[in-house]
Amino acid sequence: MSSLLHTRPDRRESALWELGRAALVLVAIVSATGILLRIGGYAVSGGLAALWSGSLGSWYAFTSATLVRAVPLMLTGVAVAVAFRAGVLNIGAEGQLLAGAAAAAVVTLSPRDGPLASVVILLALAASAVGGAAWASIAAFLRARFAVLEVISTIMLNFIALHGVSLLVRGPLQEPTHAYPQSSTISDALHLPRIAGAGRLHVGIVLALGVSLAAGWVVRRTAAGFRLIAAGESASVATSAGGIDVMATTTRAFLLSGALAGVAGGVELLGVTFALYENISPGYGYTAIAVALLARLDPWRVALTAVLFGALEAGAGAMQRDAGVPSTLVAVIEAALILAVVAGGALRRRPARQDTAATSVLT
Amino acid sequence: MIDALEPFFAATIRTAVPLALAALGEMLVERTGLINIGLEGAILAGAFGALVGASSHGVALGFVGAIAAGMLVALLFGVFVIWARADQIITGTALTLLSMGATGTLYRALYGSSGAALSIPTSAPVAIPGLADLPVFGAALFGQPPVTYLVYLLTPLLAWWLGRTHAGLALRAIGDRPEAAEAAGVTVDRVRALAILCGGALGGLAGGTLVLAQAGTFTEGMSAGRGFIAIAIVVLGRWTPFGVLGGALLFGAASALQFAFQAMGWSAPYQVFLATPYVLTLAALAGAIGRTRPPASLGQPLEPRR
Repeated sequence: MSSLLHTRPDRRESALWELGRAALVLVAIVSATGILLRIGGYAVSGGLAALWSGSLGSWYAFTSATLVRAVPLMLTGVAVAVAFRAGVLNIGAEGQLLAGAAAAAVVTLSPRDGPLASVVILLALAASAVGGAAWASIAAFLRARFAVLEVISTIMLNFIALHGVSLLVRGPLQEPTHAYPQSSTISDALHLPRIAGAGRLHVGIVLALGVSLAAGWVVRRTAAGFRLIAAGESASVATSAGGIDVMATTTRAFLLSGALAGVAGGVELLGVTFALYENISPGYGYTAIAVALLARLDPWRVALTAVLFGALEAGAGAMQRDAGVPSTLVAVIEAALILAVVAGGALRRRPARQDTAATSVLT
Repeated sequence: MIDALEPFFAATIRTAVPLALAALGEMLVERTGLINIGLEGAILAGAFGALVGASSHGVALGFVGAIAAGMLVALLFGVFVIWARADQIITGTALTLLSMGATGTLYRALYGSSGAALSIPTSAPVAIPGLADLPVFGAALFGQPPVTYLVYLLTPLLAWWLGRTHAGLALRAIGDRPEAAEAAGVTVDRVRALAILCGGALGGLAGGTLVLAQAGTFTEGMSAGRGFIAIAIVVLGRWTPFGVLGGALLFGAASALQFAFQAMGWSAPYQVFLATPYVLTLAALAGAIGRTRPPASLGQPLEPRR
């Protein structure tokens, strides 16, 4: 799985070029949506108007719909980016998010007396990181010990996590009346604080931005980040020329990825849903793949693409409500974006295929 | 106890048939050194194609629609992976996502967003005279819709084709040493493309089987990970047709255990049964690898196009 996407996001590129590319992506998304609406026989202008008003058309929509969705997408997007850069194809952010949410629910719903709410919140977030990392560790172990393809194992674990949450919210964690398949709601004191003047947006956005900044810094500037990229680009070269323990490096990246996705689940529980139930994530862990790839696996750019996809998801919800357009349309657009990115990267790279693996790591 | 065996065998075969179809197709693809993770998408597209075909023109057109839809997804995989040399795993993942989005959107656009279950004509069981009357497993094995018998025929046929024909040997050579096969005059890209299309057709047929021979309707995301389970079955079956069939039956049996447990009066939360196939897949992958030899070039990035 060497040099997965043939990208060099760290290379300095002019701001104008970056802006042009961003504009191209936006135009592509809007026109693709328009074309799909036309094919589906929906009113194109009505659909696009709903897409706009539901995502960026007002301050309320931007903060309470777009940015609220951008938080889990940013965390899972960085999770996917970190794993992919290390050559670990973690498709399991969804399951790790669920594991993190379940762990946070256990902590926040446990009977206790004494500790301050803020301590419990931090404990819950820590538990969600551990839960996500633990869920990823199953696939990481199978990969390291038995060379099981992590793509398949993480997808299996996504299904298992979903059934696990289903079991929890109909069993040990079910609300006391046993009428609904969900947990009790957590006490108001344990909600993540909202950001003043920004509607339903909570401080999770600050955490997500911090994670994006920190991860980008680690990948670009630190020795650990160099090892991670080298292991992902070419395991053999990283071992022979770099003296890098590739297995340890990729396993660590896998666990870190799981922890970040788990935190996304914890933040979602404490900031948005306040209870555990099966559909706590509308597929954030899958959308995260598109978020990360469009950001060319750079954690800093993930902050931007997460907002973009947050807007897309929010707008799709509005399209469904106001124009009767199936919200599954977004999955089509996401898939098309992923395909465009991988095909574009592979095609661009083609003339330079004579590069040896060694030069591609060291440049 | 004996009473429980009959539904157990029937459930085993019912679960195993679509898995076997999809896994046999994927086995062909993997024998050329590629992994098509988009198999899940092909199955789902096949299920939707079956719905579209059958709801307008009956069961036969339903199967045609299923195969065509599966091949369409496979065609996209071929274009991106063989022509554009895009990453196999990412392309397959994206195609699965695309298939989920497209079938969901089209379903709601064509049949209304209520998601009301459509009832469509189904493929009726055809009992094989004599064999179907055998006790305990007769009806389960030989009182099935015709697509089941296709699996019985396809498995030995593929084994013969892979092992005994020029084309079959060429296909295997590509998986083990693509550059050597190319030097021997095999057009690697073309054979790979054909294998991908066959894999898509069988994946689509698997989806069609779910709709036309089992559920009698389409629901969004009804492939439910069968494509990924089929990929695991290929590993479990050690890339051989009979091994794959055995793997599919093993999975069918494991999924059908709930009937045996119920008959014995054991109870467990139903989520445990729902999660069992996925847990089994993990266990099978961990247990199978190391004792098997995959095609040597499996999953390797493709060499630059000539």
